[in-house]
Amino acid sequence: MPGRAGSQGAEQEASGFVALSQRLRKGRGCLRPPTPTATPSRAPQGHLCCSPRFGSCALQPNLCEAAIPHVTHPRRCLGTMETGSVLPQPSSTSGVGNSTEDDGSGRKGSVDGDAVSGNPYAGLVSCLRAAWLSGKTRPMEYRVAQLEALGRFLDEKKQDILEATALDLGKPPFEAEFSEVLLCKNELHETLNNLAHWMKDEHVERNLVTRLDSAFIRKDPYGVVLIIAPWNYPVILLLGPLIGAIAAGNCVIVKPSEMTKNTEKLMAEALPSYLDKDCFAVVTAGVPETTKLLENKFDYIFFTGSPSVGRIVMTAAAKHLTPVTLELGGKNPCYVSDNCDVHNVARRVAWGRFFNAGQTCVAPDYVLCSLEMQEKLLPALREAITEFYGPNPQESPDFGRMVGDRHFQRVQALLRSGNVAIGGQTDADTRYVAPTVLVDVQPSDPVMQEEIFGPILPFVTVANVEEAIDFINNRERPLVTYAFSSNDKVVNQVLERTSSGGFCGNDTLMHVMLTSLPFGGIGNSGLGMYHGKFTFDTFTHHRGCLHRGMGREALNAPRYPPYSQQKLGMVRAVSELKRKGACTLL
Amino acid sequence: NPYAGLVSHLRAAWLSGKTRPMEYRVAQLEALGRFLDEKKQEILEATALDLGKPSFEAYFTEILLCKNELNDTLNNLSHWMKDEHVCKNLATQLDSAFIRKDPYGVVLIIAPWNYPIHLFLVPLIGAIAAGNCVIIKPSEIAKNTEKLVAETLTCYLDSDCFAVVTAGVPETTKLLENKFDYIFFTGSPSVGRIVMTAAAKHLTPVTLELGGKNPCYVSDNCDVHNVARRVAWGRFFNAGQTCVAPDYVLCSLEMQEKLMPALREAITEFYGSNPKESPDFGRIIGDKQFRRIRALLCSGRVAIGGQTDEKERYIAPTVLADVQPSDPAMQEEIFGPILPIVVVANMDEAIDFINARPRPLVLYAFSCDSKVVNQVLERTSSGGFCGNDTLMHMMLTSLPFGGIGNSGLGMYHGKFTFNTFTHHRGCLHRSMGLEAINAPRYPPYSQQKLGVLTTATEIKRRGMCTLL
Repeated sequence: MPGRAGSQGAEQEASGFVALSQRLRKGRGCLRPPTPTATPSRAPQGHLCCSPRFGSCALQPNLCEAAIPHVTHPRRCLGTMETGSVLPQPSSTSGVGNSTEDDGSGRKGSVDGDAVSGNPYAGLVSCLRAAWLSGKTRPMEYRVAQLEALGRFLDEKKQDILEATALDLGKPPFEAEFSEVLLCKNELHETLNNLAHWMKDEHVERNLVTRLDSAFIRKDPYGVVLIIAPWNYPVILLLGPLIGAIAAGNCVIVKPSEMTKNTEKLMAEALPSYLDKDCFAVVTAGVPETTKLLENKFDYIFFTGSPSVGRIVMTAAAKHLTPVTLELGGKNPCYVSDNCDVHNVARRVAWGRFFNAGQTCVAPDYVLCSLEMQEKLLPALREAITEFYGPNPQESPDFGRMVGDRHFQRVQALLRSGNVAIGGQTDADTRYVAPTVLVDVQPSDPVMQEEIFGPILPFVTVANVEEAIDFINNRERPLVTYAFSSNDKVVNQVLERTSSGGFCGNDTLMHVMLTSLPFGGIGNSGLGMYHGKFTFDTFTHHRGCLHRGMGREALNAPRYPPYSQQKLGMVRAVSELKRKGACTLL
Repeated sequence: NPYAGLVSHLRAAWLSGKTRPMEYRVAQLEALGRFLDEKKQEILEATALDLGKPSFEAYFTEILLCKNELNDTLNNLSHWMKDEHVCKNLATQLDSAFIRKDPYGVVLIIAPWNYPIHLFLVPLIGAIAAGNCVIIKPSEIAKNTEKLVAETLTCYLDSDCFAVVTAGVPETTKLLENKFDYIFFTGSPSVGRIVMTAAAKHLTPVTLELGGKNPCYVSDNCDVHNVARRVAWGRFFNAGQTCVAPDYVLCSLEMQEKLMPALREAITEFYGSNPKESPDFGRIIGDKQFRRIRALLCSGRVAIGGQTDEKERYIAPTVLADVQPSDPAMQEEIFGPILPIVVVANMDEAIDFINARPRPLVLYAFSCDSKVVNQVLERTSSGGFCGNDTLMHMMLTSLPFGGIGNSGLGMYHGKFTFNTFTHHRGCLHRSMGLEAINAPRYPPYSQQKLGVLTTATEIKRRGMCTLL
C-alpha cells in the first residue's frame, strides 16, 4: 500500500526542509500511484521543495511544525500570507454593477481553469477532476460501495480511532465511541437508507405552456470537493461531510487537522486503502501547504475551523467562485431563567461544557442568569462535577485534555477573569485544565472576548430575560443559543428574538445528534448547513431542467416577433400565475 | 463609510423585529404589486430608453414574470414560513424538533442592467418574504430605470427597512465594505469575485448570479425550422443581452448547412427584411458594450446580418459560420445579437467541447431523440438545462435557477428565493424534567451506559435489498 511510505515519526526531529519534503511525499503517498497521463505534472513533486517560495517556508521549522499549524487559530501565519489579496484591488473593480464585463479569466486554465502552474497539488486536483469527468462517481452503486467501505473503516479501525483520539486529546473512549464513531455511523446509515430517494430527479409543477414537457430538478454532483477538518472531533468532522460528498457523487480531497497528529496519521494511512484512490485522497498539510492547496480550483470547499481562517478560506474560494460551507465556532450563550429545575440544568450544562474537555464548537460558552440563580446553580454545578468526575477530576478517566501546549496556555490565561468558584487547577505537563466555573465575570474580561474552547464556564449576571436577549443580540451571532426555563414562553421568547445557527431549549448539544435537523452557523459562526440530507444537498448542485418536445410549434407562436397585443394576451394566459384569494392568507 | 449610517439604521429596524410578522411581509409584497401595476407605463418607457426594449419584451419579462414570482410567494408564504417539524430519535421522542425559518437580517441586492426591473425585484420579493431588511442597488448603467426605481420604489415600501442606493463603482466598493447578512449579486464573474472577496471579510453568505457562454448543441436529428425559430428567439430577445441566451451553436457541418437558411427565414419572419426598422428588436445598452460586441463580428464568416449603426447602438441579428474555438467570439460571453456556429463531428465531440470550458449558466440540446438530449444532460455540468427550447426553463418558478462554477453559485426563483434569504435554524426544545432519560450519557462512563445511549440514538441500516 503506497500510503505507508515516508510517514514515519522521523519527521519530527528532521530539519524543516527534510520535514517538509517528507510531508509532501507523505501527502503524495496517500494517493494512488501517478497514472501515465498525470506523470508530467505530478512526478516532479520532490523538486518543488527546492523552489524558492517553498524553500523559504521550509527553512523556518517553527512556522511549519510546532508553533503555527493550529488549524483553528493560525491567524498570524495564514493571515499575513493572505492579507494582501483579501482587499479588492481598486483597478479591478471597474465593472461593479455591470453585467457583461467578464474578464474571461475563467477560461485560461485547461478544464474549468484548474491548473495552477507550479502548485504542488495541481497534479492531484487534475487527476481527480479527470476521474470525475469520466462519470465514474455518478452511479448509485459506486457511491454505495464507497460509503459501505467507510462503514468498514469505522468498524475495523474503531480501536485505532479510540487510541488515536486518546493520544491526541485524552478523549475518554466513551466520548470517542459516541461522538466519533456512533454519530458517524448514524450519518452513514441515514445516507445509505435514503440515498436512492435523495438522488432521484424531483419533478416540479409546470405552467400551461410546459404542461406537456418534463420539468425536474436533477441532483448533479459538484465535481472535485475539498474538505478541511479541525482537530476537536477529528474523525466525525472529517467523515461527516465526506459521507455527503461521496453520496452526492463528488471526488474529494480531505485534509485532516495537523494538530491531532495521531488521528491525522491514522486517516492518511488507513482511509485511502478503503476508498477508490482515483477519486478520493487524503492530504496531510500544515499551514503553508494548505495555503498552496487552496490556490487550486475546487468546485466546493467545506471548512470547519475558526472564523479567522474561515475568512481566508472564503477569500481563496472567491478567486475561483467556489461555493463554501464554513462551520465556525462562536461564543454560545446559555440563558438560565429563574424558573428552573436547578439540578437538571446544572447536569445538562456541565455535561455540555466539559464533554471533550470543553473543546466542542456547540458547547455552552457562558451562562447568563440572575444573581439569585447563580447562587442556586453554583452548589448544583459543584455537585454535578463531583458526580461526573469525582473529587479530583485529574484522576478521572472520563475527562479529556487540551489538544496542545499553545492551546493549553491560551485557555489557562482565561482563568484570570472574574473569580474562580469551582476548579481552576491546571497542569501544564499533561495539559490538564480542571472543570472550572468563574463568577463575577465582566463582559470586558478576557474570557468574554473569545470562544473559550476549554473546560471553563463563566457566569455573567443579568437582571432578566430582556437584558439577556439584548446581551446576546449585541454580540456576534453564535453557533447555537441555549435557553433553560420550565416556562415554554421564556424559551420561545429567547428563540424568537435572537439569531443563531441553531437553538436548543432545556438541554445542551442534543440538537446536534439529530440527523434530521440542519446544523450550521450564521454570521460569525459560519454559513451553510449539513447533517443527514442537508449534507447531501450541500454537495449537490440542484440543476433546474426542462425537456420540451421538438414539435408542437403552434404553442410557441405567440412569443415570437412580430409582437402584437393579441400575442401578449395569449402569452399571458398560458404563463400567468394568479394570486389565490387573499382570505386564505391572512 | 458613507453607508454605515444607513446600514445601522436598517439593522436597528431589523433587530426591532418589525419585519418578522407575516402581515408585515404581505403588506410590503402587496405594495410591490401596486408598484408594478401603477408604474407599468414608466417601466416600459424607461427600459425602452435604456435598451430600446420592445414593450412586448419589457411587459413579459419585467412585469409579468415579476408578478408571477410575487403571486407564487403570496400564495405560499404562510406555508413556507411555518416551522418544519422533523423526525426524532428515541432519546428526543418527547421533545419538539423543528426547523425555524429565520430571516438573515440586513441584505444587499446588487442588480444588473439587462433586465433592470426583474433582476432586482425577484430577489427583493424573496428577501422581503423571508423577513429581511434590504438595500437595493440598481445598475447605474440603465440610467432611466435606475432613476425610476430610486424615485418611486421607496414610496411604496417601508423606508425604515428598505432603501434604494444609487451608486457607481467607487460608491459600490464603499457599500460593500459594510457588514451585510446576505449579499445577492447579479453580474459578471469578474465582479462576482470582487463581491465574494468583500463578503469573505464579514463571513457573509452570497448568491452570485453570473453569466456564461451557454452552448447549444443541435443534433442531426431535428426539425430544423423549429430549432431555428427557438434558437433565434432566445438569442435575439432583448438584442441578445440575456444571461441565459444560447451563446453559440455546436452542430455538424451538414446541420450548419441546413440551419442557415432556416435561421435566415426565422430572422426575416421575426424582424422583417430590415431588422433595424423593426419595433420588436432592441439596442445595445451603451457605447462601450456596442464597441465590444462589434469587435466580435470579425470571427468566422458573417452568414446572416452583420450590419451595425454606432449612433443607435444597433447590431443586426447576426449568424457567424465556421467559427474557430480560438476566435474572439468564443473567448467571452457575447451578450449581444450574434450567434456563432462551431462545427463538431458528433455529440461526443460536442460534450468534450463543453466540458473543456468553464461551466455555463444553462446548456441547450436539441434532438428529436430523447436519448441524445439525456446524454448531453448526463455527461455535462451546468447551472440549468433546457432540451429542445431556449429560455423557457427560467419561466417556471418551480425550477431552481442559478449557476455553477464560473456561472455563479446559489439558486433562486419561487420558493428557492425564499429559502435563499432564510436561515434554516435547527431547533430542539426539550423538557426540563425527564432527567432519567439523560442519565446514560453522563460520566462516570460505563459500557452499560454506552449500550443504553446507543440504543436511544442509533440509526440502523435498513435491508440492503431495497437499496441495490
